Amino acid sequence: MTAPAVRAENVVKHFGDVKALDGVSLTFEPGMIYGLLGPNGAGKTTLIRVLTTLLRPDSGSAEVAGVDVLANPTGARRRLGLAGQSAAVDEFLTGYENLEMVGRLYGLGRAEAKRRANDVLERLTLSDASARQVKTYSGGMRRRLDLGASMVGRPDVLFLDEPTTGIDPASRIDIWGLITDLVASGTTILMTTQYLEEVDQLATRIGVIDHGVMIAEGTSDDLKNQIGGAIIELMVRAGNRERVMETLRSSTSQEPTYDPVRDLITLPAPGGTADLFCVVRALDAIDITPLAIDVHKPTLDDAFLALTADQEVPA
Amino acid sequence: MTTATLPEAAISGDAHRISLIAGLRDTSVIVRRNMVRNVRLPQLLIFATIQPVLFLLLFNYVFGGSIGLSLGGAYGGKYINYLLPGMLVQTAMFSSMQTAIGLTEDLGNGVIDRFRSLPIARSAVLAGRTSADMVRTLFVVSLLTIVGYIVGFRTADGLPKLAIGLIFCVLFGFALSWVMAFVGLAVKTPEAANSAAFLPLFPLMFASSIFVPVDTLPSWMQGFAENQPVTVLADTMRGYVLGQEFLSTSPRSLTTLSLFSMFWIVVILVIAVPLAVRKYRRTVA
Ligand SMILES: Nc1ncnc2c1ncn2[C@@H]1O[C@H](COP(=O)(O)OP(=O)(O)OP(=O)(O)O)[C@@H](O)[C@H]1O
Ligand SMILES: [Mg+2]
Repeated sequence: MTAPAVRAENVVKHFGDVKALDGVSLTFEPGMIYGLLGPNGAGKTTLIRVLTTLLRPDSGSAEVAGVDVLANPTGARRRLGLAGQSAAVDEFLTGYENLEMVGRLYGLGRAEAKRRANDVLERLTLSDASARQVKTYSGGMRRRLDLGASMVGRPDVLFLDEPTTGIDPASRIDIWGLITDLVASGTTILMTTQYLEEVDQLATRIGVIDHGVMIAEGTSDDLKNQIGGAIIELMVRAGNRERVMETLRSSTSQEPTYDPVRDLITLPAPGGTADLFCVVRALDAIDITPLAIDVHKPTLDDAFLALTADQEVPA
Repeated sequence: MTTATLPEAAISGDAHRISLIAGLRDTSVIVRRNMVRNVRLPQLLIFATIQPVLFLLLFNYVFGGSIGLSLGGAYGGKYINYLLPGMLVQTAMFSSMQTAIGLTEDLGNGVIDRFRSLPIARSAVLAGRTSADMVRTLFVVSLLTIVGYIVGFRTADGLPKLAIGLIFCVLFGFALSWVMAFVGLAVKTPEAANSAAFLPLFPLMFASSIFVPVDTLPSWMQGFAENQPVTVLADTMRGYVLGQEFLSTSPRSLTTLSLFSMFWIVVILVIAVPLAVRKYRRTVA
């Protein structure tokens, strides 16, 4: 494949007044995991539905593995696999029958469909349950089976919409392993998730989408760097909070924010440890000793919260 | 549905079509899947059979006396002989509702999304569903015929003609299944499908010769009732199973009835298949 794995240009999809996608462009090369992040309702699922031919955009264009999904959806379907946000498996078929059916519908012969179904069941550690009807499966087993169904066709590009939601931590690690194996064997993956550590661990590139717009793009480090070098977090007595905020503002010329959930004041610290000293000295001057103080490199969570907070629009 | 900027022609470009052979293969895979469901979900088959059997017995024993008299000495004086062919058509009609309900269930649990993301012919999912439902209809009408035999029904012209009648009946159900496929895709939930599906069926059923001869219906209704598909199909069935005794009272010969039935089946298919396939392609779950 020399074409990009996915190329979307200016994709717009409105549902009535809701601008689910408001001009999203996205391009990435084969052989990587692309992580799509965004708060609830950002448009992640809508973008995946457009890219997997399930939804026609109002305007814009999209290609998967070099095939135009609008002009040649069948061709695109031959190259893509989809595990949607809710498990799309047939309750009354067994796990094996589900996968074998999907394999046959990808055009595989009987023997090959059988071989791959068993193969995938094994990799998903579902072999023991393969002869049981899916209605007896737990939620996590269904999701794993659904993931399996997206893999039997050995697609070039695999779209996984929240593949680990509702899956226990041990199985989640298994699925991470499976995803990295797939990429090692040449599959390109676009995945969405609510777990930032997941994209931090797995994804080569990350896109952040909010209100139907791509608001940031790059590697995990790129995103973390976007919000500056480091973060200072400190905890003070409630009665002192206003004075401390005031002092921080004047002494560092950065804007502190208060996070009531964690009861922490957060301050960007582009100067790293030097800024920490500056803060300590300023607080000492007004005779306040913080209950706790810490400087750390921003996590993806910090980056994500900062990025999506900027986008806040009144509902 | 919002307007798309790409012309329709771009999506249905012939170059990207699935070959006929591949399409048939996809359809057969989906037929098998639906048949397995029918077998593993026995309540589907049980309810599908109990209801018509109950209807048949109720109508036969409750109305059999009075209507039987009005038939004069015809059909061995047995209302069941007049009733059963009509009931078979009615059963095929109601059996087709299951197409709408089954499709909405598939829509709801995401199975349709899965199918739509696979490289299969656009019509395969619907053809697979309607064909599997046709097999189910065949099973149910056959069973109903057997019950009819038990309570006194007798065919006049032998089993081969009965079989031809049943084939008409099942094909009619198949054509209606495509209408129901459209209904299911339009309403999207099983509950809504259940009520919406009755709408086209009820008037057709009552303004027909299923329960009583058309000339006993109100006169303003007779013109419609005589020519509408349910009457035509029910009369065709009667022509095949009751033979001369029925045909001599009918304004139409068996050949006319058969052609008229085929006409209706083809007309319904020609209208419903493209509509349903188009709806399928555009349906957003
Ligand atoms: N079929 C639809 N009809 C109407 N509105 C829709 C439809 N699908 C999505 N939306 C709206 O479009 C917006 C984007 O939805 P989408 O499902 O893409 O979000 P998401 O990023 O996947 O969210 P989540 O993280 O909750 O899965 C939401 O406001 C949603 O309500
Ligand atoms: Mg989503």
